[in-house]
Amino acid sequence: MAIDLENPSNFITTRVRQAVNWGRKYSLWPLPFGVACCAIEFMSTVSSYNDISRFGAELVRFSPRQSDLMIIAGTISYKQAPILKTIYAQMAEPKWVIAMGACASSGGFYNNYSTLQGADRVIPVDMYVAGCPPTPENLLYALTQLQERVEKEGLVPAAERHAGRSEARG
Amino acid sequence: MSQKLVDSLQREFGTDILAVDSPRGDESVTVAPERLLDVLGHLRCAGCEQLSDVVGVDHPDRAERFELVYLLRSYADNERVQVKVNVAEDAPVPSAAGVYRSANWAEREVYDLLGVPFSGHPDLRRLLCHHEFEGHALRKDYPIEQGQECARPEKLFTDEDIARAAERANDLVSDPDDVHDELHPSDLLTVNIGPSHPATHGALRAEVLLDGENILEARTEIGYIHRCFEKEAEDHTWAQVMPYTDRLNYCSAMLNNSIYAMAVEKTIGVEATPRAQAIRVIVSELSRIIDHLVCVCANLVDIGALTNYWYLYNVRESIYETLEKLCGSRLTTNYARIGGMSHDLFDGFDAEVRTKLDEMDVGNADVMKLIARNRIFLDRTVDVGVISQEDALSWGYTGPCLRATGLAYDLRKLAPYSGYENYDFDIPTGTNGDTHDRIMVRMAEMVQSRSIILQALDKLPDGPLNIDDNSVVLPPKESVYGSIEGVMNQFKLVYEGIQVPAGRGYGFGEGANGELGYYCVSDGTGHPYRLKVRPPCFPIFSSYAELVRGGMIPDAIATLGSLNIIAGELDR
Repeated sequence: MAIDLENPSNFITTRVRQAVNWGRKYSLWPLPFGVACCAIEFMSTVSSYNDISRFGAELVRFSPRQSDLMIIAGTISYKQAPILKTIYAQMAEPKWVIAMGACASSGGFYNNYSTLQGADRVIPVDMYVAGCPPTPENLLYALTQLQERVEKEGLVPAAERHAGRSEARG
Repeated sequence: MSQKLVDSLQREFGTDILAVDSPRGDESVTVAPERLLDVLGHLRCAGCEQLSDVVGVDHPDRAERFELVYLLRSYADNERVQVKVNVAEDAPVPSAAGVYRSANWAEREVYDLLGVPFSGHPDLRRLLCHHEFEGHALRKDYPIEQGQECARPEKLFTDEDIARAAERANDLVSDPDDVHDELHPSDLLTVNIGPSHPATHGALRAEVLLDGENILEARTEIGYIHRCFEKEAEDHTWAQVMPYTDRLNYCSAMLNNSIYAMAVEKTIGVEATPRAQAIRVIVSELSRIIDHLVCVCANLVDIGALTNYWYLYNVRESIYETLEKLCGSRLTTNYARIGGMSHDLFDGFDAEVRTKLDEMDVGNADVMKLIARNRIFLDRTVDVGVISQEDALSWGYTGPCLRATGLAYDLRKLAPYSGYENYDFDIPTGTNGDTHDRIMVRMAEMVQSRSIILQALDKLPDGPLNIDDNSVVLPPKESVYGSIEGVMNQFKLVYEGIQVPAGRGYGFGEGANGELGYYCVSDGTGHPYRLKVRPPCFPIFSSYAELVRGGMIPDAIATLGSLNIIAGELDR
């Protein structure tokens, strides 16, 4: 459908929620919580070859207050866990979390005294990406999957989305 | 190799040298703990400028439970020697931090993981495990899966520290405009750089006390990505450790693979075939190139030169394609095997690598055009983060950071392995030991690596890839599926692991950041009894607080980038 933007009498109808969600979907600002090998693959994902900006998520912000998508790229140790928790709490709602790679999802092949067995033991996670480390394509796929959810669910705060889920993993 | 040092010790200390041993050519002397400092002091005067690492081994069945091995290196004479002491549980060992600066963190690590107390240590705190951790994780009686939660991060500065820094503020600032009449502790600002910070490129933490932009005091903390490599190694067979080595320095996994395989081969007493050695050289140098690329590009981004990032990172991305084709994975390659390689090169590898090296030349030339005479770049890097050669040696620097101070020391040249002696290459050095020299040494090393790869490709030997020893290398698949001997051989090697004979060996090579070593202790079972990594950036980062004290915040960031601290290798 061609829309003649120059003609002042033309208009389209939509719902506010839909318009906002559409906008939000293509403007996720990631906060890379980069701790290990996965952070290097995250670097690849934002570089020109894979180019995360094709999906509107290239505005990488290291300040939690300016970002709405946390990408946990790497192993979370018990020492790191309280910091992860604090940084997640500093992000404004609505916010989403991608656990990138085996370590962030489940501890990976590090089942030992220092490694947290999955970031979801301390904060709620929306999307898990398999791989050690996942390829940039894997991460981009997770991002597009998340975008679909953002479009459908819209402005539901993370606390509400994950209500009742925290007991499940305990 | 180091008979001279051993002789001089025997002359000087006579019967105080309890034992002399040379497992696999690594000369070692055993001394009583009370004579340790005298022996180390003597060795220091005799030319051993560097303490590479301190290895602690736990023997719960012995009366003297802990064995400490001090790995020493003399650069002037190109020699190595190991000093051992045996101590009972809870018996203090005199700290060597006054003799070698690198001993500070090395001893803290031993204290943290094994619980050996060091008397006279300036700052004996935990290093890798968090401050609320109880027990000592590398002791044989500590269960590997017993995690301990950490409620809150440790504060590195107490109120007294801040008050003391406020008093001394004027002595520390270099710019006369910044001198104050009086500074109240509340005027100072405590800032955390890390453990989640864009400039640290990994999970490390430096807490700094600021007066404006001047760093009055800095303290560093590591262990945020301590993944217990050494404990995991004891829980796996020798061959199963290989994928864990990928994740030490994840920017150059091939180097970790190759050097680990070499270290275990040394402990067994075998040597890889000429073809495997040449392939290891090629993939190691490719790995060195991509490691340097990511270090330089990230360093340049930190000082605001973003364009260079794209020029260099695209080359890296392109080399990843070749690595992925070669071993199925971009980052975590898992390519070397004890006794050879996992499989041979693919058809067309030669031509593809040559194309990639040409791409690298273009990328590096583009970057050099942008930075070589760029006023901003020079202002940000020249005379920033300077370290003298003597200090660098005492802190345990190796690799490009040491060569930037002007010392042409490269293990590929001075302790050649994997046939490096057959290739013609130079050792690029700097003069000043500053951030600029560290970047330029890395840029020049990539050119040398390119030359090594081309030479290795030209004379890549034919012949078998793996050694002919069925107690080390898995049998070919035809044999496993076609004969009972093959099945049994495969089963024994996979299930019980390679039976490395009881003994020890320290295998080392030139990693991308410096000397990467594995100290292997075998008790004759299929599992490592103790596997200690000597990561190159661990001693380098221990000097970071000293390097940035008195400087400015932006300089601290530029310095950190040029040291190339890889958290995976730092914390293991």
